Amino acid sequence: MTDLKRTPLYDLHREMGAKLVPFAGYEMPVQYPMGVMGEHQHTRSKAGLFDVSHMGQVILRGEGAAEALETLVPVDVVGLKPGRQRYAMFTNEGGGILDDFMVANRGDHLLLVVNAACKDADIAHLQKHLSGVEPVTDRALIALQGPQAEEALARLVSSVTDLKFMDFVSAEWNGAELWISRSGYTGEDGFEVSIPELRAEEFTRLLLEMDEVMPIGLGARDSLRLEAGLCLYGNDIGPEITPIEAGLNWAIPKVRRTGGDREGGFPGAARILDELANGASRKRVGLRPESRAPMRDGTPLFAHEADADPIGAVTSGGFGPSVGMPISMGYVPPQLATAGTQIWGEVRGKRLPVQITPMPFRPSTYRK
Amino acid sequence: MKYTEEHEWLRIDGDLVVVGISEHAAEQLGDVVFVELPELETQVARGDEICVIESVKAASDILAPLDGEIVEVNDALIDNPSLVNADATGDAWFFKMKIDDMGALDEFMTEDEYKDFIS
Repeated sequence: MTDLKRTPLYDLHREMGAKLVPFAGYEMPVQYPMGVMGEHQHTRSKAGLFDVSHMGQVILRGEGAAEALETLVPVDVVGLKPGRQRYAMFTNEGGGILDDFMVANRGDHLLLVVNAACKDADIAHLQKHLSGVEPVTDRALIALQGPQAEEALARLVSSVTDLKFMDFVSAEWNGAELWISRSGYTGEDGFEVSIPELRAEEFTRLLLEMDEVMPIGLGARDSLRLEAGLCLYGNDIGPEITPIEAGLNWAIPKVRRTGGDREGGFPGAARILDELANGASRKRVGLRPESRAPMRDGTPLFAHEADADPIGAVTSGGFGPSVGMPISMGYVPPQLATAGTQIWGEVRGKRLPVQITPMPFRPSTYRK
Repeated sequence: MKYTEEHEWLRIDGDLVVVGISEHAAEQLGDVVFVELPELETQVARGDEICVIESVKAASDILAPLDGEIVEVNDALIDNPSLVNADATGDAWFFKMKIDDMGALDEFMTEDEYKDFIS
């Protein structure tokens, strides 16, 4: 077994009784003594603190960095204003997704936050095509999510109350420079805070001492993002799935589409622009099993109960604690992708009815 | 109460054997969100996968601990799967079975032996 890496908050996780598991090369907390269900509910009702230091933070510096990044992504980076962040994805020549990430305009540079499992490949990809790529290796990253996240974080950094969804600022806290965005991966209002690693435990401890803040593991992180209808890289999106199939059309603005001022010019543009115009051959949809049996990733989907051949599969699924029922997402042909359509999923050899459902499963509460 | 190596408990109730999962197993599973029970009046063989428990983490099976017939199932678990976490060795029994020879229970672990087994 290869050595697992640890985040700057590893000792704190141990102290709080976390169950640690290998995840993307790191030893990460999957749950704390409260348990997945309790942690999920706590985040929805108060404030949950997540260690996401395993994710990659990468600076892209230099004149024309935004134009340069646009050669790798189908989104509008040039039009991203200073102090703002947006969702983006690297595409491959086939139009598939190499990784999805957040990009912020920090004035004199861009900051990318990428998935842990992809970060080495992402950095190599960036360095191959662009200059001014600087991986950030001395910072922790935490997320504070939930309706009381603002109140809690404002006790340490009062200016966060000024931020709106997807704003990104630097703020000073006791001599440490924090990078703070109002964003997250739970469907809740909340923040992501990049902290110099030597100050990370001290800062995190102060948050955890607050009554409304509890530590949350990867287990609840997954059920929270699933209820919010957000994709998990490696499950719901990947190198064989295009942004259009994944229903991420909203991330591709007019300016990068056919007829736009900066049309195409990213890997896989031919296929992606064609799918935008003519539709994709499969679509990511929300799925609501009609029985209480969860349909987990890999569950084959069928148009009719007795059909021999599957029409698609579940890519993420489980129980949604806040919606109180099993929920899934997966891929089906476009003619079956309309909300209300009933299809079938095979669980332990039994065909069970499942309905196409709009996402998110639970309305998001971003502070726009 | 007796325990199996599959973390099930067995309790004699008149001429029936009541079966559930241990508190240790419930704790390891995490929050239970779905339970599928066996059909009534089916003959089962030892080792058959006859129940499914799904937690927030994963699905797992309950095996028939002995040969016999399923004569009662605990429907309360269908509506309230979290009973398994709340009262694993009490209200959250899964099924009752009729077996030919109660002596077959002797081979299973006592509570103390089970505690050693999981420690």
